Amino acid sequence: MLQIINKISFFKAILHKQGRVIPIVEILLLILLVITPLFVGDYLTVIITRMLILGLLAISFELCWGYSGIMTFGQGLFFGMGGYAVALFANKADFLQLWGVVPIGLIVGACASFLVAWLLLLGKRPPELIFLALGTLTFAYAAERLVAGWYWVGGGNGMSIFEYLRIGSFEVEPGRLFYYIVATILLLVYLACRLLVRSQFGLVLAGTRQNEKRLAFLGYKVQKFKALVFCFAGAIAGLGGSLYAHHEGFIGPGNVGIGISTMAVLYALFGGAGSLIGPIIGVIAIESISFTLSDIDAVRGYWPIILGVILLLVVTFKQDGLLGFVVTQRERIGSFGIIKSTESKSLENLHSLKNEKKDVSS
Amino acid sequence: MKKKMSLLEVNQVSKYFGVLKALDSVNISVQENTFHGLIGPNGSGKSTLLKAIAGDHYPDEGNIKFNGNDITKDSPEVRAQNGLNLKFQITAIFPELSVYDNILLSLQSPESFWKLVLSKSRTSYHDRIMDTLVRFKLVDRASSLAGELSHGLQQWLEIAMAVIRKPKLLLLDEPTGGMSPEERRTTGELLLPIKKECTLIIVEHDLEWIKDICDNLTVLDQGKVLDDGTVKHIEASQRVKEVYTSRV
Repeated sequence: MLQIINKISFFKAILHKQGRVIPIVEILLLILLVITPLFVGDYLTVIITRMLILGLLAISFELCWGYSGIMTFGQGLFFGMGGYAVALFANKADFLQLWGVVPIGLIVGACASFLVAWLLLLGKRPPELIFLALGTLTFAYAAERLVAGWYWVGGGNGMSIFEYLRIGSFEVEPGRLFYYIVATILLLVYLACRLLVRSQFGLVLAGTRQNEKRLAFLGYKVQKFKALVFCFAGAIAGLGGSLYAHHEGFIGPGNVGIGISTMAVLYALFGGAGSLIGPIIGVIAIESISFTLSDIDAVRGYWPIILGVILLLVVTFKQDGLLGFVVTQRERIGSFGIIKSTESKSLENLHSLKNEKKDVSS
Repeated sequence: MKKKMSLLEVNQVSKYFGVLKALDSVNISVQENTFHGLIGPNGSGKSTLLKAIAGDHYPDEGNIKFNGNDITKDSPEVRAQNGLNLKFQITAIFPELSVYDNILLSLQSPESFWKLVLSKSRTSYHDRIMDTLVRFKLVDRASSLAGELSHGLQQWLEIAMAVIRKPKLLLLDEPTGGMSPEERRTTGELLLPIKKECTLIIVEHDLEWIKDICDNLTVLDQGKVLDDGTVKHIEASQRVKEVYTSRV
């Protein structure tokens, strides 16, 4: 037993040293993503599809908070607006095509988040963290109240979508096909976000998170960078909302306001902020625990209390979330230049050798 | 002899913090490719003046001209884009980024959003970054986290971050603060070659150190310019001796 523990510790140490834990977690999750529907029934496939859609919401929050230092309680607003937009198109114009639903969600999310960014981020002075948190919270709350009192969008009852999503004339029912569509979209969004946060642009975001003022003195228009990320994240949340509305066949005030926005925060904190995979793990973990607890007869009446205690314990005592058990802070931040953190310390020799070669050739 | 052009002109600049007048009608003129020192006792307004030049706060009266343009109301990022760079008094690096990434972050700032997203320039910057790391004795710590460096190395990193951008004017607020005598001497050696590349304004307490590397000095006292001129002139100044040396 001791030998096994030693071996695990040895491999963990190597992986940490190499800074390669996140790719392994990503590959494992990708394999699970592909094979899961082949081993579970339709009911569970529908539940997992919902988790993947919420994964989009969690990623959108993570881009804002974990990568750019924008504390937002407004991602639910963009998620809900994407959902309401496609529900309106479905009910008022009978438009249910996937090729239209995806861009509608993206555009509505981006436009709504641009408006919020313009009001909160692009002022003369950089806004305080608390101003952003309360500002986005207010927008989410106001939107929830607005749709709840607006009869045209269903008021407090929300809006139902009575027909299935379509690809041409083919109807996509919630189930395996819907799952793979959502999984593909999530994968593409994840890869786009990964490209963004590992790029030189991502380096600017990492700088923003650590010392925003210093960045301005280097010549960066920090607020514009933040606004850009906020809009990109808003588009992703809108996309999530559009898929959610079609998957659930419903969108209501509860999917716009503070509740869903807070869940986005919890997904990221529970899974591990500062990485893209952490929030997805957070969604899967929280939703799985909720699903499992609510199905146990003994705790059926008070499972939300148990869930709340679990969330509190993790957020309080494991501030780097579940991912923090296997991934170091150094790996989360990573390296952006062409020198990786694991390279040896003989750089000086290498560089002087290179310079000598240059001299000889010239 | 051809007179050097004035790169920076501070004209009648005053700054108030409540009832306190931190700067009182300050005038200084800094010529191209010279090292200009700002000295004075604690609270004399040296850092306030430097921050007003860098755009950390705006003067209440007067104006600042840089390269012939009025920059009094420009934001720090605009000033930085125009070639003005500040090294803060308290080391302001990015502690959770590697030393290499700190330099890259400083160097890539003029790039457009798209170029940064597509990461087009990081390969082309490599040699320049490595040269700077060698020059500032940081190359064997290139992949270390900046926050893990000693205080002296962090100061050098911040100077390196400023120098690599090839600024027209570099503002250094106490670059040798908290350094050992040996590190102070090395810092002087690292700074001297910069004279060919840019103009420097240094705020320092250590009069002996600043005398060795600066061409001109401005002495501030209680927010006012006490005296201004060459190092020899300041050394001979009776007013400076009376007010400055008795308090430092």
